[in-house]
Formats: sequence, C-alpha cells, structure tokens
Amino acid sequence: MALEATHGNQMNPQKVYEQFEDIDQQNESYLVGMWSFLITEIMFFGVLIFCYTLYRWQYQPSFYAMSKLLDMKMGTINTIILLTSSFTMVLAVHYAQIQRRAAQLYALLFTILCAFGFLIVKYFEYSHKFHVNLFPNPTFVWPALDNPALTASVPEPVAKMFFSLYFAMTGLHGIHVVVGILLLGALSYLVWKKSTLVEDFMVTEMIGLYWHFVDLVWIFLFPLFYLMPK
Amino acid sequence: MSKTLDKKHPNNSHQEEVNYITVDYTMKSWFITKDHKRIGMLYLATVLVFFFVGSVAAGFVRFELTSPTGQILESETFNRMFTAHGVVMIFFFLLIAIPAVLGNFFLPLMLGARDLAFPKLNLLSYYLYLGGGLFGVVALVSGGVDTGWTFYTPLSSMYSNSQVVLTITAAFITGFSSIATAVNFIVTIHKMRAPGLTWFRLPLFVWAHYATSIIILLGTPVVAITLALVAVERLFHIGVFSPEYGGDPVLFQHMFWFYSHPAVYIMILPAMGVVSEIIACFARNRVFGYEFIAASSLAIGGLGFLVWGHHMFASGESYFQAAFFSLMTSLVAIPSAIKVFNWAATLYKGMIYLTTPMAYAIGFLGLFVIGGLTGLYCSNLGVDVHLTGTYFIVAHFHYVMVGGTIMALLAGIHFWWPKMTGRMYPEIWGKIGMLVIFSGFHMTFMPQFILGFLGMPRRYHYYHFAPEFQAYNVFSTAGAGVLAIGFMIPVVYLLLSLKHGAKAPANPWNAKGLEWEKTDRVPITHNFREIPVVTEEAYNYSIDDEPPIEAKYTKFGAVMEEKS
Repeated sequence: MALEATHGNQMNPQKVYEQFEDIDQQNESYLVGMWSFLITEIMFFGVLIFCYTLYRWQYQPSFYAMSKLLDMKMGTINTIILLTSSFTMVLAVHYAQIQRRAAQLYALLFTILCAFGFLIVKYFEYSHKFHVNLFPNPTFVWPALDNPALTASVPEPVAKMFFSLYFAMTGLHGIHVVVGILLLGALSYLVWKKSTLVEDFMVTEMIGLYWHFVDLVWIFLFPLFYLMPK
Repeated sequence: MSKTLDKKHPNNSHQEEVNYITVDYTMKSWFITKDHKRIGMLYLATVLVFFFVGSVAAGFVRFELTSPTGQILESETFNRMFTAHGVVMIFFFLLIAIPAVLGNFFLPLMLGARDLAFPKLNLLSYYLYLGGGLFGVVALVSGGVDTGWTFYTPLSSMYSNSQVVLTITAAFITGFSSIATAVNFIVTIHKMRAPGLTWFRLPLFVWAHYATSIIILLGTPVVAITLALVAVERLFHIGVFSPEYGGDPVLFQHMFWFYSHPAVYIMILPAMGVVSEIIACFARNRVFGYEFIAASSLAIGGLGFLVWGHHMFASGESYFQAAFFSLMTSLVAIPSAIKVFNWAATLYKGMIYLTTPMAYAIGFLGLFVIGGLTGLYCSNLGVDVHLTGTYFIVAHFHYVMVGGTIMALLAGIHFWWPKMTGRMYPEIWGKIGMLVIFSGFHMTFMPQFILGFLGMPRRYHYYHFAPEFQAYNVFSTAGAGVLAIGFMIPVVYLLLSLKHGAKAPANPWNAKGLEWEKTDRVPITHNFREIPVVTEEAYNYSIDDEPPIEAKYTKFGAVMEEKS
C-alpha cells in the first residue's frame, strides 16, 4: 500500500510518523508548530509589557526611583548567564546536526547549569526583597528599609504597583526557566540513553527555539526594570 | 428498519467493514486514541455534557425571572447561577463546540491528510479541556462564582467571596486546550494539504477554521494572562489592576475584551464555514464569490481585534477612543454582510433541497441576520449608551453566538452524521426538531429585545420597580422551555439512529469534497486508502447533479423531477 511505500525509506534514521508523507514535511510541520506556539508566548508576555508601559508612562519619576532598589549587579550577572546559555544551546543544536552526541550532551548540561545559576541568583534577589518587606502584600513596609532616602518621594501605592509588575513579570519568566530546565533535562536524558526519539536534531532544535525565546524575554525584562533612564 | 440505501458502493460488500469505529471496540482504544475522528467524537460527547450543565443554570435564571421578586433562589445564588451559565456555555461549550468537534473530525478529511499534524497534541488538548472542565465543575459544586463570566475587577479580585481562583484556573487550562488545537490546525492547513489542493481550492470550512485558529493563537494567551493576574491578586496581592496600588481596573476590561470580543468570532467563524458547505451542497451551486467569503473570514478575524473598546462605551473611555471603536465595530458589518449576501446569491438559480441540514443552515441565516443587525445598533455610540447593560445586549449576543453557533453546530452534525456514524436519521423528525428549536429561540430572545429597549438591566434578580416587565419575562421563560424540548428531539433521534438508523451510503447527499467523495462509507483510521489528488475547484456543483439519496426531500428550484 501507499502508506508503507512512503514509510519504507530505511536510509533516514528519523521516524516518519504515519500522518506525514516524508521527513521534510514532518520537520517543516514541527517548525511551523513551534513558531505558532512562540507567537502565543509573545502575546503572553506582550500583555504584561503593555501593562508595564502604561504604568511607567503614568508614574515614570517614581518608577525611576524604584528601579534603583533593584540590584543591577545581580541583573547583569543573570543577563551574562543567560546569554552564555543561549550560546551553549546553539552549540547543542549544532552538535545534534552533525551527530556528535557527547558534545551535544555536554552543551545541554552546561545550558542546564546556566539555567540553575540564573534561578539561584534570582532566589537571592527575591529573598532579599522579602527580607526587607518589599513584596506587595500586607507585610509591605514603605519607605523601603534598605534605602529610605531614595524612596521617600515615591507614594506607597505606586511602589506596590512597581513591585507587582516586577514579581509578575520576572515570576512568569522564572516559571518559563523552570519549564526550560525540565525540557532540557528530559532531552539530555534521552540523548544520554541514545533514545531513537532524539536521533535527529529536530527535538533539540525546537527546545532550542524555546530556550532562546526565554532568553529573549529576559533581554527585554532586564532593561525594563534594571536599566531605566531618568 | 435497518436497510442499506446504496448497494452499489463497493465497500458495502464486506460483512464487517473496518473503519475508525469498528477497528477496536475497547474503552481504552477510545481514551488513548490518536485518531482525530475519535477525538472529535470524545469532544462531542463532552461538550454536550457541558451544554446540559449550562442549560440547567439558564433554566434556573429564567425561572427566577418569571416573578418580579424572584421565585426560589437567594439573590446571591441567582448571581452564581447566571455566572455558571455564562462560564460553562462560553468557556466549555461555545468556544470549543464547532472547532473541536467538527473541525477536528473534518479538517484532515477535507485536506486529504491522514490525520492532524500532531495527533498526540490533539489528544492532550482534549484532556486539557476535560481537566479544565473538571476544575470548572469543582468550582461550581464548591460554591460557584458570583462575578459574571467577565470577572470584572475589582469585584473579582478584591470583593467577591466565591470560587474565583478555581474558575479562572478552569478557564486558563481550557485556554491551553484551545491553543493546542489552533496550533494543530494551522500546521495541518499549511503543511498537509493533498497534492493539487491549492489555497483557493480549500473548502470554506477550512478557511474559516484557519481564521479561527489565528484568533485563538493571538487572543487566548491575552485573556489567560489577564485572568491569571486576577488570580495572583487574590492569592498573593500582586495587584496590577488594583486601584489601591494606583492601578486601573478598566485596564482589566480592555485586556479581557481584547480576547473576549474576538472570542465571539471564534464561535461564529467556524459556524459560517459549516453553513458555506451546506448551502453550496443543497443549492447545488458553487459558492458565490468564493474568494470574498474566504477573505471576509480573515477580515473578520483581523477587524475583530480592533473593536474591543465597544464594551466600554459607558466605562469611562475618551470620546476619541469611543468613536474609533464605534467605527471599527460598524466596519465588521461589511465582511459579515458579504458572507450573508453571498450565501443568498448562492441559493439564486440553485437547485434547492430542503433537507434537515439545509433547514438548519437557513435558520442560521435568519438568526444571524437579526443578531448582526442588532449588533449595528449596539455599535452606534449614541444608541449604545441607552442599550448597554440591558437585556437588549443579552438578546443580541444570544442571537449571534447561540443562534448562530448552535444552529450551525446542529446543521453540521446533521450534515455529516452519515459520515461520522454511518447511519441516517429520520428526516421528518429532523425538520420538526429544527422548527421547534427555531421558534423556541425566537420566543425566548425576541421578548428580551423589547425588555432591554424598555430598560430592564441585565443580571438583575428583581424588577419589582417595573412589574410591567413580567409578561415579557414569562413569555421568554416559556420560550426557553420550548427550546429545551427542541434540543431533546435531535438528541433522542440521533442516539436512536446509532442503533436503528438506516445504513448511510458513502455520499448520501451527493456532495462534493474529499470527505464525501474519496473516503469509505465511514472513514478508516487513516482516512484515505490512498492520498487523493485534487484536480478541481471546491464546490464543483451543478444543478444537474444527482439529488440527495432519499427522494422524499422537498425541492424548490428550476426543475422538479423524481430520481431514484
């Protein structure tokens, strides 16, 4: 039957699922699907950035003062970590394409390491904010304990708004990093076990797209919160 | 009673034909299936359950309103009832019904593909939907929500003392189910068309689902994150919309309607796709202005994203904003009217067979025209200030969403039932059911137009300030009763037809399209025995085509002749 004829291409190591005609169609479908999914992700973060834009437009001077409460050093370190992880992710995709399994595995593991590094830095940042009572719930203390002089001019509601946006946006990004770690972890496991699922580079490529997206979001969040102009 | 109508079809010679239903009878084979047709049937069963739940809630609301001072419910419970009705009907029925049931089942068949691009994702989307639905049911039985399905802040985020977070979680999860389906549809339409099936040979059903998928892709994440922000405000005091933090509650409304207005088009566009198929088939005419109908689907999808502000004419928008949104809303009438006029033109000089699906499709036109034209009143700034928040709005959107979507869903189910199940249903009961539903619908919602025009606000439990509203309300409730009976009729005879219906031939309507012409009586698991090659335009009908197989249909048209 026609079905088996299209499946019978034994030269190609990757499995062609029965709904597809050939490997090209399958790979293109994966890519179109992944990009469609990323569009929904863009809308997801886009809404939050839109809210941020409106409120910063309204409260720019206060937001500028608030941005000084964030630790720019930690933000910079995290940016470097994520950019590095993007580079190693590119390497992982590259090694997957040229079928160098061991190198691919190392690149993936290094990417996961970077992701954990990012979360650890984020943990210190968050716990400091909790420590000085800057989480916008009833424990919120204003002016800020660690820099009362700078923040005395900022009204308390606006400060709560700033930290609401900060925790909502970096929090959602953090969740995406955690999902990324799970995906990368599963992928590394499959590569390590030499699973037939990852004989082809396609899975690595798609997780790579996701990971680059997560990095890209941070590239927006970092200047929006840490590098605000006056 | 059971008889084979078409003995000529070769596949009927097998004693036990293998198709997607008979290939495996175990429960397990249904619940872990990757076959888009089986998943479509799972969706069908599930959306009907939610439709029933939502209808019961609507029944309570209508019963309460037969008296100016309420009947049996507390006002708190009344609020929870209409919220339950709205949430269940919109998030778990209307947004899902046509794309996930008929779209799932027929997109690959119409495209000449063996399955959707990602069958496992398709199954996942079903279980996400089911999971979201279960969250919704848990929220209902553990107390319900009293904010209305719109979850307006700060009522939902600060004051409401009900299961807001659970309900939002339910809507959020169901949103991901929609996104998964939309990604699947887009990839399938782009990448898996049969050889020769160019974009402008696609059936309009496919175009409609393409536009719908784009709306889902762009809109659903917005409402998901907006609702999530309400949930985190309740849970963690992260209050982006909180007026206590200098936030703007109207911003919530903007973001909510940025999705929830296009959501109306998620409901109506697939319905329009279904109607295009049916009208072309039973008028035996190529759809008039095919390209315009296809493009108008995309235009509705695009314009639909620029009209959300018309929900806030009375919530403190600037004049410029209001004028802009009023203009854009009026513009949506253009692509909608293009469709209606083109369907009407398709009927012209056609050979019209008034079968049950055709009756439903014509009924759709009737309801959609009323719903659409009253929408124009609402889009008009000056008129809307009087009408907004009244029963006029309620009647308007029920005509469009319910009248449109449910009529088209029923039309589609009746049209494709022979293909989905291999059985025919009693034609006479089909028409009786259609008439009861159609008249019940008008009885229910026509009085609400008048009520709204007279000034009865929506979501009010009592109207003792205006007892003259009672007659209209009683009439409307009686109509809801008729509607309920009407919905029972197709459920009963369709279920009976599974066992007792005559076996349907492969193409009982003599319709065009891959799903009718190139598949077995009931499609096999991979749809086609060999991938079809498309050599002709869509809807290549002519009035000389063979009539639908049962000769007893009423005919209107140029020629009246009996064919066996």
